[in-house]
Amino acid sequence: MLFYLRRQFLRIRAHLDMPLFIIVLLLMGVGLVTVYSATHSVGVGRLDRQIINMLIALAIMLAVAQAAPQKIMRYAPLFYFAGLALLIGVALFGVTANGSRRWLSLGVVNIQPSEIMKIAMPLMLAWFFHKCEAELKLRHFAIALCILLLPTLLILKQPDLGTSLLVGAAGFFVIFFAGLPWKIMLGAALSAIAALPLLWNFVMHDYQRRRVLTLLDPGSDPLGAGYHIIQSSIAIGSGGVFGKGWLKGTQTQLEFIPEKHTDFIFAVLSEEWGLLGGGLLLLLFLALVGRGLMIAAAAPTLFSRLLAAAISLILFLYAFVNMGMVSGILPVVGVPLPFISYGGTALVTLTLGIGILMSIHTHRMLVKK
Amino acid sequence: MNRNMNDFQHSQQELTQFRRRLLFAVLGVFLLFGALFARLAYLQVFLHDYYSTRAESNRISLSPITPNRGNITDRNGVVLARNYSAFTLEITPDQTRDLEATIDALSELIDIQAKDRRRFKRLLEEAKTFESIPIRTRLTDEEVARFTARRYLFPGVDVKARLFRQYPEGALAAHAIGYISRINDNDLAWLEQEAAEHPDRNINYKGTTLIGKIGLEKEYELELHGVTGYEQIEVDAAGRAVRVLSHTAPVPGNNLVLTLDAALQKTAEAAFGQRRGALVALDPRDGAVLALVSNPAFDPNLFVDGIRFDDWDELNANPDKPMLNRAIYSAYPPGSTFKPLMALAALSQGRRKASYTISDPGFFSFGGRLFMDDKAGGHGSVDMEKSIIVSCNTYYYHLANDLGIDAIARFMGEIGLGARTGIDIPGESEGVLPSPEWKARRFKSREQQKWYAGETISVGIGQGYNAYTPLQMAHALANVLNYGRVFPPHLVDAVTESGTGAARKVSAAPARQIPLNPEHVDFIKRAMAGVNREGTGARAFANAPYTSGGKTGTAQVYSLKGQRYAGRSKERLRDHSWFVAFAPLEEPRIVVAVLVENGGFGSQSAAPIARQVFDYYLLGKDSAGPAPEVAASADEGALDAAPPILSPAGAQHAVLP
Repeated sequence: MLFYLRRQFLRIRAHLDMPLFIIVLLLMGVGLVTVYSATHSVGVGRLDRQIINMLIALAIMLAVAQAAPQKIMRYAPLFYFAGLALLIGVALFGVTANGSRRWLSLGVVNIQPSEIMKIAMPLMLAWFFHKCEAELKLRHFAIALCILLLPTLLILKQPDLGTSLLVGAAGFFVIFFAGLPWKIMLGAALSAIAALPLLWNFVMHDYQRRRVLTLLDPGSDPLGAGYHIIQSSIAIGSGGVFGKGWLKGTQTQLEFIPEKHTDFIFAVLSEEWGLLGGGLLLLLFLALVGRGLMIAAAAPTLFSRLLAAAISLILFLYAFVNMGMVSGILPVVGVPLPFISYGGTALVTLTLGIGILMSIHTHRMLVKK
Repeated sequence: MNRNMNDFQHSQQELTQFRRRLLFAVLGVFLLFGALFARLAYLQVFLHDYYSTRAESNRISLSPITPNRGNITDRNGVVLARNYSAFTLEITPDQTRDLEATIDALSELIDIQAKDRRRFKRLLEEAKTFESIPIRTRLTDEEVARFTARRYLFPGVDVKARLFRQYPEGALAAHAIGYISRINDNDLAWLEQEAAEHPDRNINYKGTTLIGKIGLEKEYELELHGVTGYEQIEVDAAGRAVRVLSHTAPVPGNNLVLTLDAALQKTAEAAFGQRRGALVALDPRDGAVLALVSNPAFDPNLFVDGIRFDDWDELNANPDKPMLNRAIYSAYPPGSTFKPLMALAALSQGRRKASYTISDPGFFSFGGRLFMDDKAGGHGSVDMEKSIIVSCNTYYYHLANDLGIDAIARFMGEIGLGARTGIDIPGESEGVLPSPEWKARRFKSREQQKWYAGETISVGIGQGYNAYTPLQMAHALANVLNYGRVFPPHLVDAVTESGTGAARKVSAAPARQIPLNPEHVDFIKRAMAGVNREGTGARAFANAPYTSGGKTGTAQVYSLKGQRYAGRSKERLRDHSWFVAFAPLEEPRIVVAVLVENGGFGSQSAAPIARQVFDYYLLGKDSAGPAPEVAASADEGALDAAPPILSPAGAQHAVLP
């Protein structure tokens, strides 16, 4: 019995990447401390639930780390097409809330298929490039673009600009690392800039346009859309270099920061821990992304290389977009701060990615043999 | 083998490209995180002070605590203005969904009448919609309980404990005390100006809704108001108070102790009864105002929580003009009360000796015009003393002509006529001290600006353009009795600090000295004593157990075109009745000027009021009820009647302004 447990433990140990594991635990620790500060006034229920969320997420991470990348690769198309089917389902029978159709009701729970796409998209594209590795031609990039655009547009139609951008970016990272020629990227970028006015006038919804305008001038609507940005800027700025101290942030404790335990939790952290706390958090994210990119550099197969690099940049992108939005340099899009914000779904998606990274790293020798 | 080689080369090439792109990604990550860090540093280091301030102003709400307004008491401690606490039902329009519906629903719980609604509407127009506006004041305990139980049904409606101003004596001395009412834009502008002029004084009206509008309440506004206190409250985003951070107690306003004698004031007001008019009683020794009556008056309590429409209309529409402060604002021709002053002018300027005697034929002929005496056939041989006692017009026609308008104007100006006395309530008028300069200023056309010698002659008997307030008349007489020492009249004796109880005396030092010969003054006093002993004041002062001096006067309202004044003309056309007096003779302690509008002869209606006031003040004798009009015998009244001014037959009658 004891022997069995020990063997199991060693097996798990063997597929655990210590640096990633420690960084994730540190981030989750910071998250718990901050969630406590943001929610303690309404009782500790939220903290308990977040601890459970984290334990489940860690278990998923360890489980995924056990699976060999080849096995993961085998399920990639299934994962992607299932997600795509669900997205189509959402478009047809989705639940509408707050003016957008994002959820699919499965009786007891509502699921958000766009969340699945965040991982399914890079998986599918990495699988695709791996499959046609030997004869990579331009037309393969065109096919990849279709794989990328189909779910991205479905999500955009919900409408959910933030998630569609993140899913699209996840796919783009894979295509980028697969070697999409610079010339094409440059051309695409230029035509995108040219298309911006069209996008602004015909594609974007009023609330999306408002978000962009609010970013440019939060003062224009101080009690409406600008309120979030103004209050979070006040929280961050008033924190100063050393912060006001844990549980002592007035903007936080007196409820001036909206969504303070979810999307705007970085304002809580910055107010109470200052530039020092924010800078350390940036370093933690930098370490996380750096470790991920190192894993990508050492990955043995094209699939694992592309997947590891894309996942690393996705982690970076989430962190950057969230902190950029809270500190007022990006428009407000609903992206939680990885590992810090309260909420289970995002956490599971993230640890899924971390698990894949661990799996790629700990199985690399087996592949080489 | 070859193919494998190619494959190998291919994948090597691919790997190099991948690693190049990884490096590129690393660069991008560093760059973007660096930008983010720069942004954080910008907010938290460079803008830290700015955002700290904003966070503090988010968190801290300053809520003013209004100070208690100072009380006003008379010289004996009788309370004339004080505060009491009561509950009001107030609505904040911004926080209610449907104002009309809210008020309708409230009226089912609490008695809200049409006049309450009208007042609310008026206040609503004046106030800002985020201010709390009273719909009902002085709620009963039962009403408070009834509302409180259903408060949740009425967002934006609240019961508040407020301090109310109360004038316990009602209309008593209302014109002197004044009233407070809601602050309007003019008041705000005045406060701003005061704050700019006195940066050392802590003028802060946050939270204060009422301000002195007239009278002492206005003049001493900044003394009475006090210093606003503050409570720093920590609030959350919803505006709920979390805790009190600091508390700065307000400093209550200072109290005013008046020179006014409320009982004397009451006696004087009662003596007027229904008659319109004014009375000013001064202590000549220091300028203290003992009584200041303007009848009819108003109840200042009506104004305190916003006067109702009907009350306001009534006050404004009343032909007796109760809001008019006749004592300090209305100027009347002084009539014969001017004569002792004229006599003093002549003595002072050495133009007459008291013994100089004229023979009065009953008229004075000047420039082809006849100026009539009121007694047909004249008073016979008249010296200065007799001229005052019998009020001989002819004597003063001569005198005015001899002195000339410039000398008259100079002297009268010096003893305090035609200028504000400086009493410590606002709204005083200057009156009219006629002179060629005044006429040049007053009129536009060349023709009207010219001064005619005949005009000097009517000025000599207190008619013509002459017009002085009762306050000026009392003040001028007090200055004379004081041998030229001028004390500005003042209603406030002392301002007492609410905290320490320390009293600050309002200055009682003479403001200036008029060069008067005491012998001349004593002569005038004697002559005026003669008036009360055997002249036009004799009947009113019959059997007075104290010595006194006085002078009656009649101010023409309407020219009678040569008819003898019979005292029977339509009430509003009757002349105004004057009486100025002092007592006791040797050491005067009280000076009064009484004016009864359309009272007819001074001896008839004004003098008895002065008698009652003196009796009360000097003897403590309270004779309640209006002063009985002393029936005037035909010739006694005629002595003092204003003279019709006649030109030779057929000429146009001179119309007095």
